[in-house]
Amino acid sequence: MLIIKNLHASIRDEKQKTKKILCGIDLHVKSGEVHAIMGPNGSGKSTLANILAGQKEYEVTQGEAWLDGKNLMDLEPESRAAAGLFLAFQYPVEIPGVNNMYFLKAAVNSVRKHRQLPPLDAMDFLTLIKNKMKEMEMDEKFLSRAVNEGFSGGEKKCNEILQMLMLEPKLAILDETDSGLDIDALQRVAKGVNSLRDFKRSIVVVTHYQRLLNYIVPDVVHVMMKGKIIKSGGKELALELEEKGYGWLGSTE
Amino acid sequence: MTNQYLKQIVNKNYQYGFVTAIESDTFAPGLSEEVIHHISKLKNEPEFMLQWRLRAYQYWLTLSPPRWAHVNFPNIDYQNIIYYSAPRVKKDGPASLEEVDPKLLETYKKLGIPLHEQGRLAGVAVDAVFDSVSVATTFKAKLAEAGVIFCSFSEAVQEYPALVEKYLGTVVPYRDNFFAALNSAVFSDGSFVYIPKGVRCPMELSTYFRINAANTGQFERTLIIADADSHVSYLEGCTAPMRDENQLHAAVVELVALENAEIKYSTVQNWYPGDEEGRGGIYNFVTKRGACRGKHAKISWTQIETGSAITWKYPSVILQGDDSIGEFYSVALTNHHQQADTGTKMIHIGKNTRSTIISKGISAGFGQNTYRGLVRVLPQALYARNYTQCESLLLSATCGAHTFPYIEVKNPTSQIEHEAYTSKIGADQLFYCRQRGLSIEDAISMIVNGFCKRVFNELPMEFAVEAQKLLEVSLEGSVG
Repeated sequence: MLIIKNLHASIRDEKQKTKKILCGIDLHVKSGEVHAIMGPNGSGKSTLANILAGQKEYEVTQGEAWLDGKNLMDLEPESRAAAGLFLAFQYPVEIPGVNNMYFLKAAVNSVRKHRQLPPLDAMDFLTLIKNKMKEMEMDEKFLSRAVNEGFSGGEKKCNEILQMLMLEPKLAILDETDSGLDIDALQRVAKGVNSLRDFKRSIVVVTHYQRLLNYIVPDVVHVMMKGKIIKSGGKELALELEEKGYGWLGSTE
Repeated sequence: MTNQYLKQIVNKNYQYGFVTAIESDTFAPGLSEEVIHHISKLKNEPEFMLQWRLRAYQYWLTLSPPRWAHVNFPNIDYQNIIYYSAPRVKKDGPASLEEVDPKLLETYKKLGIPLHEQGRLAGVAVDAVFDSVSVATTFKAKLAEAGVIFCSFSEAVQEYPALVEKYLGTVVPYRDNFFAALNSAVFSDGSFVYIPKGVRCPMELSTYFRINAANTGQFERTLIIADADSHVSYLEGCTAPMRDENQLHAAVVELVALENAEIKYSTVQNWYPGDEEGRGGIYNFVTKRGACRGKHAKISWTQIETGSAITWKYPSVILQGDDSIGEFYSVALTNHHQQADTGTKMIHIGKNTRSTIISKGISAGFGQNTYRGLVRVLPQALYARNYTQCESLLLSATCGAHTFPYIEVKNPTSQIEHEAYTSKIGADQLFYCRQRGLSIEDAISMIVNGFCKRVFNELPMEFAVEAQKLLEVSLEGSVG
């Protein structure tokens, strides 16, 4: 599904100074697998997620990333989305005046068009989204509000997961979706993600905390530090990190 | 990649830029008392009209062009403008659509303006002004049944001189400003509306202005009178051919709302904006003002300004009647080298008068967009209220947004609120939309439409969709 080889990336700051953020990432996520990427602040986890989605602020200096045999770096962000990549943003942006339902319908039909599927008409779309919202225990009022405008932190994250359920990606990347969630919202988000889990899809969960992984149980856990994956293991690695912190790993470097 | 797309769109033609080859009666360029006598005579005007025009002209001669707006353009040579051009007709004017020159009907068809009464916009009555004259007015019979007068200004002068004399120049006197004086002296046609007491106008009224002839100025005048307890919704649209020379459009619109009357005036302005280098385009220097003369009167201006090389206008409301209401909703877009200096004036005179100003400016390319607004509360306007919200969206690094609010409050019981902000279209918003599978152009149009939604909601439904499309065409791919 997702293959990343020796990926290096940097960013230019305001003084045009180059700062390296990713220093050779290798990652292989197979169909049906859930991977968790953990690590301290500034280790490059979110950068990796954003680069995979096509954020142009970062410059990829070396390496490659493939999704289902497609070279991601050749594709515009919207083509990556069409190819089945979905990023649940850490900070979903507000789009004032744009109706949530209108936005989602445009997104779903745009992606369907790329996948050579006929567009959903208003009735089919409404039926579908109402079902998904029920799954997520979301209020239907969401649909008539502007995209993320005036949403609470938890509402924004639930909205991301709702979008994910509607777009049915092959690869979903969740960027700190658990941050700022209370326990009820966390469970709802996890339920949504788990409902998408099947042998055809892969999920990459970027998180600081083990907590989310109690609900979305990963097959593989990676630890990222200073732009590199320094350790990988099973789900028990997350528990170990919870207990010991990241310090013991850093010192072995 | 964005730039490539931008270029592609820039080279797209202004779709209303064609010229109609039609025989016209056209004056030689230049302005003099003789020209004014000539216009007045052609229109068979009563003496009071001629005298009024001449007074306006004499006054205009004493003025020099104003320079205070935040716009740049070379001096206009007023002796080089043609002040009258009309499609040639065999007799006094067409009595029915059958007599209108088929070329003209074809022109309006191409513009998407139905002059046949069974059209796409079958619920809208249209007065079509072509260069200096009105060529057709639809649905007159149906409107007459309700007692509504909707006709060209020339016809109103012939048929209802008393109404014209009573109201002409009472809201925008010829002494108001340079362009109002010029318009008063030479205006050749326009629309006239009178809604009698207690009548709710049964359909939308609309005037469509088309400039066709070269080197010609269009000077039209619209007068709308809503008598007590009446209601009318009126829409104005405009286009012009593509030419390398600038052309002047100096119109005056006067609205009078008596007790409990309501006038809703909407504009979708799409004059030729000039090319991507800033060559050509219309100078749109317009004076629009409404007076709420009676208690509980309401005047609401909604404008979508996407065309013209330079737009310079401030649709305003004089709130004389107690409890009267003034509203101004505006979207002004400047792309390439377009300049807009627009806004409103709300003059509070009556007690408990209320006004709302919602202004949205969008700048792209090298466009310069200025909001200029005055809220004046006189001492006797106790408990007046105003709410102003003024927002600008920047789509390129080379465009500009400017805000000049003037607020004068002369009593302690009034309440004024002013909110303003400027934002650049967010790279993160665009990325968010694209990550969800939307193309750049869909994402921009969605974000911009969201930004304008509050104003679009004020447009009559038939036109809200058109306005949205117009904005898309004017903007596509303009993020640099």
